[in-house]
Amino acid sequence: MRKLIIKNGIVVDPVTKTEIKRDIYIENGVIKDFPREKTIKGAETLDAKGLIVLPGLIDMHVHLREPGFEYKENIKSGMEAGVAGGFTSICCMPNTNPPNDSKSVNSFLLNKAKSINLINLFTIGAVSKGLNGASLANIGELKESGAVAISDDGNPVDDSSLMARALLYAKTFDLPVISHSEDIKLRGKGVMNEGAVSQRLGVAGIPNIAEEIAVARDVLLAKYYDARLHIAHVSTKGSVNIIRRAKKEGANITCETCPHYFTLSEDSLLNYNTNAKMNPPLRAKDDVLAIKEALLDGTIDVIASDHAPHSEDEKDTTLDDAPFGIIGLQTSLPLTLKLYREKRLTLTDIAMLMSLNPANILNLGNRGGIKNGFAGDITIVDINKKWVFTKDRIKSLSKNSPFIDMDFVGLPLYIVVNANLIKAN
Amino acid sequence: MSFDKKDLISINDLTKSDIYYFIETAKEFKKISLKDIKKVPTLRGKTVVNLFYEPSTRTRSSFEIAQKRLSADSLNISISQSSVTKGESLKDTILNLESMKPDAFIVRHHESGASYFISKITKASTINAGDGMNEHPTQCLLDIMTIMEEKSDIGSLKVAIIGDIYHSRVARSNIYGLSKLGAEIYLYGPYSLLPRFKDSRNVKIARSMEEAVKNADVIIMLRIQKERASYYFIPSIEEYRNFFKLTPNLLSLASKDVIVLHPGPVNRDVEIAGSIINENKTRILKQVENGVAVRMACLYILLGVQKN
Ligand SMILES: [Zn+2]
Ligand SMILES: [Zn+2]
Repeated sequence: MRKLIIKNGIVVDPVTKTEIKRDIYIENGVIKDFPREKTIKGAETLDAKGLIVLPGLIDMHVHLREPGFEYKENIKSGMEAGVAGGFTSICCMPNTNPPNDSKSVNSFLLNKAKSINLINLFTIGAVSKGLNGASLANIGELKESGAVAISDDGNPVDDSSLMARALLYAKTFDLPVISHSEDIKLRGKGVMNEGAVSQRLGVAGIPNIAEEIAVARDVLLAKYYDARLHIAHVSTKGSVNIIRRAKKEGANITCETCPHYFTLSEDSLLNYNTNAKMNPPLRAKDDVLAIKEALLDGTIDVIASDHAPHSEDEKDTTLDDAPFGIIGLQTSLPLTLKLYREKRLTLTDIAMLMSLNPANILNLGNRGGIKNGFAGDITIVDINKKWVFTKDRIKSLSKNSPFIDMDFVGLPLYIVVNANLIKAN
Repeated sequence: MSFDKKDLISINDLTKSDIYYFIETAKEFKKISLKDIKKVPTLRGKTVVNLFYEPSTRTRSSFEIAQKRLSADSLNISISQSSVTKGESLKDTILNLESMKPDAFIVRHHESGASYFISKITKASTINAGDGMNEHPTQCLLDIMTIMEEKSDIGSLKVAIIGDIYHSRVARSNIYGLSKLGAEIYLYGPYSLLPRFKDSRNVKIARSMEEAVKNADVIIMLRIQKERASYYFIPSIEEYRNFFKLTPNLLSLASKDVIVLHPGPVNRDVEIAGSIINENKTRILKQVENGVAVRMACLYILLGVQKN
């Protein structure tokens, strides 16, 4: 496919903030203005009548587990889950084994992705060597070998002076720092949100403030040093308030939330459901509401899945023993479309949250819009399609999702990426 | 022309015309170093105490030679021999030495402000030979002298200062001194090693090595200390070398008459490619030579000129 025409779809372009029925033309993987002549020789045509045409979705927070934990997920299976979820680009976190703190691991990931040739992979390098929080990783080397951001996701940087210098040093290379903002010691042995439910279940809780203290610190650091900070997986009302205020004061910060934080609450753990255990944890109903409001008013810039595969054996245990994390690539868009049907978000909002904003934050070069000259990354969605998220639809090697057997409305049917038209579902 | 201050602590103690006066005087003294008999009686009978609380080879020997050529009597005190190790305070050390009626203290100290502190409790002239990360005014003067030997108007120059600006007393004195003379200064290094606050209109932070060196008339490379990696300022010396080293390619972007300075000691192939030094593109040895003349001038101006 060197030339593709997508006909009759409703084209949602967050760059021009338009949702109009029009045809689009992609040549050699780049969106082009429609040529004057009516017929284009050798062009393939896809009829998108009744479908929504979005700029290719970007999930900026994914764990692919390769190298080191290939029994949970590998680059190929993660990409296949991405395709089924309607994503044309995914960004992988560095907490693999070995971690992505060097050119050699970074190049391995990018070369492997290239050889699989399915969707775009962008890599996020480590902040600290070995994710140990003790010394800076070779951040310039990571950038030079292709990393688009740095993060110690999962092992948040405890030492404020290391965080300060990471922000400053990364600024030299114009790389954003993505922070998993959490006070690890305050989390302690907590396994779920601290509140009435954790008390009822008799398990150790993770207080809201374990997140908020760290969000406040990181926001203050970024503001003071005028550096680019992106806060991962915001889950509480307090965090949202801190970020909203800092943005008002002009701080150079952005943030993301995940679909589970605006869909589920701590009640999902009432039966000790290990597939509802993640970090940060599902919070109280108040927090869920605050996250929805923050999506609406632009405080939250991005919806990312924090796709975190763990094997069935690892999750088939007690709440205390099970690892944190759920898969999310295939449920991210359908869960977000619920907010569209609730009339909280427009399709343009969704295209911003899941495509244009992550592209801009990570500097992914002409992505996130449907305009002449942009990358020909497209996601085509039937927003009315009813379907059930059964376990056998899961493309990930891991099946750890709290949404299994849930009814969904809205399914991506095709993606276009790297000059290929791929059937998503 | 005269200079009536007792001490030289900061390059900011000097006006623009003071700076030129020091340089002109140094030029005269440079001639003495080129003679067969390299000694004049100018400071005969004057006692100079070299007080070095931090190891130094270059600056210390430069000051000592300057004193010898001016016929001053020198007393050298370095930490290991002094009573500091016995717990004596800086103030007591100075007051005791003061009783021996020295005419000048040359002070190198690891703490910023130490030279200033000493100058306030002694009648002797105090010359700052480097205090912490604060200032190194005689280095600035010798750099200006080296530049002026090849460039007619400092006010029209683009000067790039590259490396660990934050910890560098050389950079700070040069920024103050060169911007006072009107040079346009570009700083570059990792943001973790750049100054956080702007204090002169002539100073810009470059966004890249290329921007810093492009069309530069003077490039001042700074020494990076390996310990910076252990306090998170940089990831590693290898990475520093990859992104902040002056290479022949970068140098080719500079003005064709560019001169490269380095205060020494040099980490070859860390902050500057060895080949740039080998091919005589730097003025490192000129700087050392001019260092003696500048220090003779400083001693002469502070001690030798009759003051009322
Ligand atoms: Zn995280
Ligand atoms: Zn994560």
